[in-house]
Amino acid sequence: MRFVSFFVDGKTRIAPESLAPHNHLFTASSFYNLPDFDQPLINEDFSYNPTLQAELSGKLLLLDELSLSLDEIQEHYNHGFIRYSKGIETKQGYDKCSRCGNSENRLFASFSCYRCKEPQCTYCRNCIMMGRISQCTPLVSWCGPELEWRDSNSELVWEGILSPEQLKASDTLVEKIGMKDKLLIWAVCGSGKTEVLFQGIEKALKDGQRVCIATPRTDVVLELLPRFRRIFPGITLSCLYGGSMDKLEGAQLILSTTHQLFRYREAFDLIIVDEVDAFPFSYDKTLAFAVQQAKKEEALIVYLSATPDRNMKQQAEDGKLPFVKIPKRYHGFPLPVPRFVWCGHWKKGLKRNKLPRYVMNWISRQMERNRQSFLFVPSVRMLDQIVPILKEVNAKIEGVHAEDPDRKVKVMRFRHGATPILVTTTILERGVTIPFTDVAVLGAEEEIFSESALVQISGRAGRSKDDPAGEVLFFHYGKTKAMVQAKRHIEQMNREAGL
Amino acid sequence: MNYCVYCHEAFFEPVSWQFIAGLSESLSFCEECSSSFEAINGECCRMCGRSFRLFPEQYRQKQCCTDCVRWEEHEEWSGVLTKNRSLYVYNDFLRKVISTLKYRGDAELVQGLKTPFCKLYKKEFRGKMIVPVPLSEERHYERGFNQARLMAELLGGEIVSPLERVIHEKKQSKKSRKERLNIQENIFQASKEAGKVKGKSILLIDDVYTTGATIRQAAKVLREAGALEVSSMTVGR
Repeated sequence: MRFVSFFVDGKTRIAPESLAPHNHLFTASSFYNLPDFDQPLINEDFSYNPTLQAELSGKLLLLDELSLSLDEIQEHYNHGFIRYSKGIETKQGYDKCSRCGNSENRLFASFSCYRCKEPQCTYCRNCIMMGRISQCTPLVSWCGPELEWRDSNSELVWEGILSPEQLKASDTLVEKIGMKDKLLIWAVCGSGKTEVLFQGIEKALKDGQRVCIATPRTDVVLELLPRFRRIFPGITLSCLYGGSMDKLEGAQLILSTTHQLFRYREAFDLIIVDEVDAFPFSYDKTLAFAVQQAKKEEALIVYLSATPDRNMKQQAEDGKLPFVKIPKRYHGFPLPVPRFVWCGHWKKGLKRNKLPRYVMNWISRQMERNRQSFLFVPSVRMLDQIVPILKEVNAKIEGVHAEDPDRKVKVMRFRHGATPILVTTTILERGVTIPFTDVAVLGAEEEIFSESALVQISGRAGRSKDDPAGEVLFFHYGKTKAMVQAKRHIEQMNREAGL
Repeated sequence: MNYCVYCHEAFFEPVSWQFIAGLSESLSFCEECSSSFEAINGECCRMCGRSFRLFPEQYRQKQCCTDCVRWEEHEEWSGVLTKNRSLYVYNDFLRKVISTLKYRGDAELVQGLKTPFCKLYKKEFRGKMIVPVPLSEERHYERGFNQARLMAELLGGEIVSPLERVIHEKKQSKKSRKERLNIQENIFQASKEAGKVKGKSILLIDDVYTTGATIRQAAKVLREAGALEVSSMTVGR
């Protein structure tokens, strides 16, 4: 949009074109082309709007994302309570998005903008799903007093018992709360790493800290939400994911997908990054930027992972990254070790709408034994080919992938036992816990099944103490290094746990 | 290596003789996205360009769909629009692409449509005066651009703006068919440039032809301003 700049008592001030003072002559220009301007000093006598404080504190937002009128927002600027800043910065000829940190040339484009009237208004395509940021879009941040949660009751209501391994990790975390530090909690799938966080989070909340748990997947956010509501009934809790509705502004504890962190700035004293190795987190370096921006200067960052990547393992071993390991599952039984089953050139068969004999036998055996199972496949396209074949065996078999509009319902049906076999892409490889399930991978040799993905997938089996020995099968057409390493990884963890 | 303009995945172009000779246009959409578009070719309604493949025979009368027959029977609307042609079936995928373009504001996506859109223009409408369907002032400001204009710009010719959108109420996409057909007053009016259309053959450009109500209202204003005939071309149908 267009702004004007003008002098007040020797200082440069700005205002949106529509709110320009009447007694001056100005030429309006794109926000991007404004000359340098000064930030007004805070006027202590101004009574600020608490709604705006809750909406904006610790964040960096577009004007459209605020519920107040432009008039009222500008009033807060005039009294020094908010700051305007550029959405796109250009340094040495390179554009950079101030929200998501994107600086890749191919992810910028421009258009002839009706808002600022510039023939070329550059915008960021990387974070466009969160509302477009172009050169003429100002970003708004809060510079008034910080939010406080003194009156909230942050008592933990939880009566579970931690295993000795969990307790050690939990104590380490509690000790670190309030320090400017990092901690890696390296815990096998099914070790109960969520429970390990409870005491630490309670301490942070009691100290009045703002806490965020960020996870790469919406499914995991949805799974965590009711648990945290139950165990921390007295605090303000907000849950953020693409398209989430019940956003509570200014909450003390925030459960969020990693993407949503782009909107936060210097907000959290404790930030817990779940599944730090997961796609898209390890994949997208702008998300790592998001975590760095969202935390306060003096914050503690906790990384959770069952399968830290090589870089992180190295840092831990070199003593640069404090870590604590939980090699044993909560129920004390070993992790199920995957079994490899060679099944020939299965893609060729799939073209004729046939699945390998071994896979079909496994399916019918699972149905006979009445065992629920996941079948992981490499891509959505293959999923669409495989599901109809299996539906002929049993019409209740379903497929689900990331873009599926019925995703939530289908996962729910599986959880309730209505679906015997759920065919899925890698979206459900993490976090989703359903007891009494077996797991198989078709096409385990495909590139998408990395070591960590395969370890995570294997981790879906044997989650209950009443059924600790779930079955894990990798149907493949040639063993890969990732498959062998995944198996070795699991055996190694079992050994470390003394099993 | 290219990056898909829609899903941002990296992909390699298929190697063909044209590719080696440097004659092929560089692709904008990856293979998976490309295959999600359903091009309209083969038999379609002579009037509105809807693919006959997609709807049962009982809704056709000779070479027209019953919707168009109804339009043509209506005395107010008969003959207002010469014909419409569209690039793709308005399926779920195109719906997502267009909504990312319009509602998320990703203007760049339109570049991915350039080659086929120009081709359709040359095949069906070469030489006509290009007029994008305008947005209301308010909507135009909100979006920052007019997607129909971006599409018109792809064609490379001169663009004329003889129309203004005056009534800005519920978004067309939120209305029912009945609401759209029950037109009380025209949402368009002639602008200062309206004189340019006199005696000319006009081509309206819009993103989607759904019921045809928007396009026909625009066409009517142009006819009243002296246009010889009005056709339209859209991306989705």
